[in-house]
Amino acid sequence: MTRRAVARALVYLSLIAATVVVLLPLAAVLLTSLKSEREMADGSEALALPDDLLNFQNYVTAFQDGRMLSAFANTAVILLFAIGGTVLIGSMTAYAIDRFTFRFRKLVVALFLVAALVPGVTTQVATFQIVNSFGMFDSLWAPIALYMGTDIVSIYIFLQFVRSIPTSLDEAARLDGANAFTIYRRIIFPLLKPAVATVVIVKGITTYNDFYIPFLYMPSEDLGVISTSLFRFKGPFGAHWETISAGAILVILPTLIAFLCLQRYIYNGFTRGATR
Amino acid sequence: MTSTTETAAVKAAAGPGAAAPAPRRARLWRGATPWLFLLAPLAFLIVFTYAPIANMVAYSFTDWDGVSPELRYTGAENYAELLTRPDLFEVFWVSGYYLAASVVQIVAALYFATILSFNVRFRNFFKGVLFFPYLINGVAIGFVFLYFFQDGGTLDSVLSLFGVETDRAWLGTPESANTSLAAVSVWRYLGLNFVLFLGAIQSIPGELYEAAELDGANRWHQFRHIIAPGIKPVLSLTVILSISGSLSVFEIPYIMTGGATGTETFVIQTVKLAFQFNKTGLASAAAIVLLLIVLAVTWVQRRLVPDSADDKRMDLA
Repeated sequence: MTRRAVARALVYLSLIAATVVVLLPLAAVLLTSLKSEREMADGSEALALPDDLLNFQNYVTAFQDGRMLSAFANTAVILLFAIGGTVLIGSMTAYAIDRFTFRFRKLVVALFLVAALVPGVTTQVATFQIVNSFGMFDSLWAPIALYMGTDIVSIYIFLQFVRSIPTSLDEAARLDGANAFTIYRRIIFPLLKPAVATVVIVKGITTYNDFYIPFLYMPSEDLGVISTSLFRFKGPFGAHWETISAGAILVILPTLIAFLCLQRYIYNGFTRGATR
Repeated sequence: MTSTTETAAVKAAAGPGAAAPAPRRARLWRGATPWLFLLAPLAFLIVFTYAPIANMVAYSFTDWDGVSPELRYTGAENYAELLTRPDLFEVFWVSGYYLAASVVQIVAALYFATILSFNVRFRNFFKGVLFFPYLINGVAIGFVFLYFFQDGGTLDSVLSLFGVETDRAWLGTPESANTSLAAVSVWRYLGLNFVLFLGAIQSIPGELYEAAELDGANRWHQFRHIIAPGIKPVLSLTVILSISGSLSVFEIPYIMTGGATGTETFVIQTVKLAFQFNKTGLASAAAIVLLLIVLAVTWVQRRLVPDSADDKRMDLA
């Protein structure tokens, strides 16, 4: 009995230790973001409480001087188009692959399968030249096209769901005179809602967090997304950790809210996405 | 996640439709339909995935600088340079830190997934806390940990609470910097592994544990004989993701140190070669080498663990 109690205590102890390890670095940044320039200059300890817990001055600075507003706007535009495109492309591909038998079908499937293995970072050297030749470099279209066109994971997610829709529904509609497009639009797509939700969440979070593609393709300051705008804090705010911290918290906050509201979907989505 | 009966049903349903005799035009139209759906997806796939790979292979045999219209065919010179110039190949050793870190990460993720699969108080809270870092923006993580490791930052403050005074620059020497950065990557990615393992453990039917308990099996036996076999596919997938992830580390070191003090990884080096030093040819060769290694690792895993996640992939075909 006592051995069991000790084991239980150790389990909880390890969980609490892990919680501290996860939350402490974030808490330090949150505390720092509420400190004034004076406090920082006086050498306030990282984990010391700020004098005024409601001092949001740094957030104002980060928002205005750090151009976070336009960053959020650019991110929103990219999210909208990239997610919309991914949902359309993914569901159409899944429908075509699962519901039709056609010549070269195996080849098409193999093309998507192999593409899933290619790590995106490696090919940017040459992708850059192609994006550039389309005149999309330094515009919002570059990340939109890349996010839309290279997402194999969401095709997998859609494929799993299309398979679970009984083909008798298609057949019945076809007998009523519906063609393939009507079947896709009226029957398959509406039944894919859970898959759409999964893809929107997973794609939304990964797009929101992506740094590499906007960094590479949109060097203009007007075209900052939240990752690149935050990254640019490094220069002008050099040693102003209170402002940098406020910027970091501003970026983390929407993710935290989304996570708290959509927990179950997020776990499911990322599990599906990874194990595909 | 799919069953063979469904696949069989689809095949059966497709059969009679294809066999029905139809007028020539209708048949043509029917044959074209799937391609109309695939037009846009395939165009994107070819333009943004396959064309770059093909171009990259071509560039890798030239001395192109990425801008000028002139380029010279140099044969395998880039590859030779890559393999013989020690400073170019050395960056691969940095992956070793991340590889070691992923071992720690997988073991810790397995531990937490196992204990949280049993009845624990505040289970959802702990699950959320462990997973949340995976969702945070990489740049924000970079800044959080720059502050964490800086002089008099979070880490030093915590250590001084325990009476340990250090004047150590955590990101100052290559060993210390790489270890610190690899630790950040554990902090960031542990959650994903953990949630994958937890999902796999929870999909094991509960009766198995009950039966084992009746047979007198303890927790370790349960882990060894019920949980471990149940998560084997996910575990092998995680190992592969970790290896290819360790080889293509980019964000965290690029944001935090920019590759300074010996923290440059292979991808940072490739990006610098291509976009700072305009050595598109050499960078392409480097990218091809990395691509081949990642594909080789994946292939080896497929051979070693044939009954893994790709069973699902197989019935796609």
